[in-house]
Amino acid sequence: MQKFLFDINRDPELQRQCRADLPAILKRYELSGEERGALEAGDIGLIYVLGANGQLLMHYAAFLGMPWADYLGAMRSGVTRHGPVRAGVYSMTTRLDEKVADL
Amino acid sequence: MSLVFAGICSHAPGITGRAQMADQAMREEFYRAYHGMGEALAAAQPEVLIIVAAEHFANFFMNNMPAFAVGMAGSYEGPIEDPQWLGIPRVTIPGNAPLSLRLIRDMMQTVDLSYAEEWKFDHGVMVPLSFLTPRYDLPVIPVNINCQGPPLAPLHRAWALGEALRRAADSSPERIALVGTGGISHWPATPDSGRVNEPWDREFLRRWQSNDKAAMLSYTDEGTYREAGQGGFEIRTLISIAAAARGQGRVQHYRPIPIFAVGCTVATMSIGA
Repeated sequence: MQKFLFDINRDPELQRQCRADLPAILKRYELSGEERGALEAGDIGLIYVLGANGQLLMHYAAFLGMPWADYLGAMRSGVTRHGPVRAGVYSMTTRLDEKVADL
Repeated sequence: MSLVFAGICSHAPGITGRAQMADQAMREEFYRAYHGMGEALAAAQPEVLIIVAAEHFANFFMNNMPAFAVGMAGSYEGPIEDPQWLGIPRVTIPGNAPLSLRLIRDMMQTVDLSYAEEWKFDHGVMVPLSFLTPRYDLPVIPVNINCQGPPLAPLHRAWALGEALRRAADSSPERIALVGTGGISHWPATPDSGRVNEPWDREFLRRWQSNDKAAMLSYTDEGTYREAGQGGFEIRTLISIAAAARGQGRVQHYRPIPIFAVGCTVATMSIGA
């Protein structure tokens, strides 16, 4: 999943292809069903909980047109719906209802 | 010649990308200090700027992650991110490939390095350059320390990298400026973005200013992660500058600005013998 995010973040042509047919592009990557579903749905919260590195994810959120406050909110929503982050070092350390950056 | 300037600064993308969302007075005070560092750098009349940064999966990824990498290109393009998102236009920045080659050869006497002739700058380099050399006309040589994908190089190896940089600079005729960029405590790109552990930051800066090697190298990744977040791993870049400069530091600006997601830092260090 992170490899897809790494690739799309740095490749404008891949971004164009994903806008045209995301499921076809995702077939090139080794993804679990949950990862594929989250990416196809643009579910930033679930992608976050599945362990995507935030440095990759914030650019993917921007690619999806998500403003910064919505991006932070989507991750909190993901933790609310799916529980704590399952992998990586970008876990959430504050309360679910905390607004850290005054957003 | 050798080093003619050394300093450290923050590089968080919000500094430029979310500029308008910050308190105006706080933002302008920080920007003044940052531009002031650029003026001090220019006054040192460097021929090249070595910038030690912590890359964010822009060029290097977990399929082949170097602990340390040095750029060896004739030029570099940046930002790799959406320029509108970062608030910095895409530009081409000159490099200095022959000097890169000489530095790398010398540094390899004590530190195993990767090197790259292709390298696109992410916010970790572009945000500092947008303040320090806003015409992007000073040749840049990027150095990267992996602070993103554990396992990370131990702090004493970041120190060794700085020592190797200094030794290589000392053997070069060029006037070289050295800048390290990274956050201190911060939790960037997480729901905690904006959280800063100010006491932790101020204690780190105290150790950095006094160039207390033992105190700087006494941090553990476990403790840093707990107290300073995953962003705290970037202290490696700041520690390498202290090792290279061998001087005493002076903090021109430190203040957390939550929408920028970091304790906004501008500091310089004298060049010791």
